[in-house]
Amino acid sequence: MRGGYLAADTALHRLPAGAKLAGLALGSIALLPLQDPRLLALALALVLVPYAALGRRGMARLTQWAPLVPLLAIIGIIQALAETPAAALASVLRILAMVLMADLVTLSTRLDDMMEALGVVLRPLGAVGLDPRRLALAVALVLRFVPVLAASWRAREEAWRARSPRRPRLAVFAAFFAGALRGADQVAEALDARGFSSHRTRRRP
Amino acid sequence: METRTLVRMALMAALIGALGLVPPLFLPLAAGAPITAQSLGVMLAGLLLGARAGAGAVALFCFVVLLGAPLLAGGRGGLGILFGPTAGYFLGYIAGAYVTGLLAPRLPLGALVSAFVAAVIGGIGVVYLCGIPVLGAVAGIGLQKAALASAVFLPGDLLKALAAALLATTVLKGWRAPPPA
Repeated sequence: MRGGYLAADTALHRLPAGAKLAGLALGSIALLPLQDPRLLALALALVLVPYAALGRRGMARLTQWAPLVPLLAIIGIIQALAETPAAALASVLRILAMVLMADLVTLSTRLDDMMEALGVVLRPLGAVGLDPRRLALAVALVLRFVPVLAASWRAREEAWRARSPRRPRLAVFAAFFAGALRGADQVAEALDARGFSSHRTRRRP
Repeated sequence: METRTLVRMALMAALIGALGLVPPLFLPLAAGAPITAQSLGVMLAGLLLGARAGAGAVALFCFVVLLGAPLLAGGRGGLGILFGPTAGYFLGYIAGAYVTGLLAPRLPLGALVSAFVAAVIGGIGVVYLCGIPVLGAVAGIGLQKAALASAVFLPGDLLKALAAALLATTVLKGWRAPPPA
């Protein structure tokens, strides 16, 4: 899998996640009002320095954003026609600098550190019933479910292909979804059986 | 919240992520714009889990993506998503799933038609409503042109709404109905 954390030992990796998030917020606020393409190009060049320092892996990381290129091209063309080429260049440079700056935080921060830092931001949501312990479990479940589901789908698809030359029909997809949801209920029962919900004060008859 | 609801939300979030792993389809109809299966998962979340749990599942998906899991179509993830031109669509998914789940059981039409209309209003209407202003502002191209650029994805999204409605009604027949939201 691409994306996410990139293990390395740079100054950026050693900074605490909260400081990086705050820096990202400040950097974005600073970039937003800039209109001069030269200043924005300078900002983008600065953002690219850590990528260059990561060498080949940093370059590979940049290609992760290739899906953004057609969209940026459309934006650039529309703006160059509607306004000036300089304004178009400024927009494209600003988006690139902001996206790549944010990705620097992601690539230099481990998922659990990020979770802790974002947990501080999300703490006010505790008032509406967001329990950090449950959120952590939910995140762990999502990360675990993705490969399980992908493998389960491949197995079903192979079973179908072994029996039919046609593409899988709707019923195959529906059976996959229903099976996945039933599986989720079994996981929930298993969690409850191990006392997961007992930490919460739950009224039981 | 019941543990069962929590796990169902996690599963739905994972399904949306797994749908992002499906290679994007290139429809000639939509001028070659990549049609990913991801928004299909958003509609399904609302239809299968109802408004609250469906929106919760999508919010959980968004949170995991922002944490850095590369689950967005094309293997993207991380905070960069929030700063790109498509941030509005990304966060609009949450509202879209909510509205889809809210409408589907309340529309006075047949199960399949209700699901389709709800998916169109929530999964397309609401998502575009959140996405277009952000695209217009971030890209500096204005609302009209942003709307025009989004229209490219409309044919694919309509197909996905149909697929979501067909799938959800079939799945709900085989799996016991979720509690009303």
